[in-house]
Amino acid sequence: MTIANASSPDRDEAQMIVAIVAGDWELYHSLIQPYELSVYRMAMSFVKDETEAEDVAQEAFLKAFHNLATFRGQSKFSTWLISITLNEARRRLRRQSMVRMESLDDPPEEGGGVSPALLRDWREIPSEALERWEVRALLQGAIEKLSPIYREVVVLRDIEELSVEETAGALGISISSVKIRLHRARTMLQKELAPKLKLAIPKKRRWLSWC
Amino acid sequence: MVLECKHVWDYISEFLDDSLPPETRELVQKHLETCEICSAILDSTRNILILTADDRVFELPAGYSQRLHARLAQEIHPANNRPEKPTQDQD
Repeated sequence: MTIANASSPDRDEAQMIVAIVAGDWELYHSLIQPYELSVYRMAMSFVKDETEAEDVAQEAFLKAFHNLATFRGQSKFSTWLISITLNEARRRLRRQSMVRMESLDDPPEEGGGVSPALLRDWREIPSEALERWEVRALLQGAIEKLSPIYREVVVLRDIEELSVEETAGALGISISSVKIRLHRARTMLQKELAPKLKLAIPKKRRWLSWC
Repeated sequence: MVLECKHVWDYISEFLDDSLPPETRELVQKHLETCEICSAILDSTRNILILTADDRVFELPAGYSQRLHARLAQEIHPANNRPEKPTQDQD
């Protein structure tokens, strides 16, 4: 389930929000239910530690509740929730980075083209390969290695499956910046992962199952 | 006009999103039909993005949902808070 398709058409979220702000606070549990995985996943792609990601997710849901009265419906609730989660994750990241003495605020965005890993052929890796923890760890590691500005677009566009326009809206950047970052991020993922996945998944596995 | 590999790499992301202008898309498509390196790059990128988006990559920890709702119930209870009156983190 992605945040892009979490809300079903028969859910009237605007109505639910009005009721919650008016005092039906228990309804908040139902409002956020479709977004539990997305918010956690977004947090997890930033803070790298399960416990901390869970904490970020809880804080984001609490902040969203406390600020619900300020939500005016100018965007979708999911997009608004994404911004809150991103801010919370960035806040943690900044706190950690101060300890590590590195700046996350102005990573080099322009310049330095990224080249893909050159391969002569590619054998499709089936999603069953994800049953293996080392394949999951490779993918998680590659996403974590991206700098935040690239990680954000990959998480929103390719994992949460928002449109390019929605991604731009959630991040407060232009559509062309989303496209440029997305291009670089995807190339970096291919460069990092293609050779490793090729090695991790041998050509023939006639008698071994994936698990 | 013939595209070089280097230029094709720049178009791969938008090719996957199907957002290239038709004439550029056609040029890229033609190049891919004859260049095994570029088509392997396209296939691997597409494959990697599909794997990355799979729900199994970042799974919810056991008990996440229960803990989340327990904390919410505790903190958003009307006796403690109201949505329009934000409170500062106390713990």
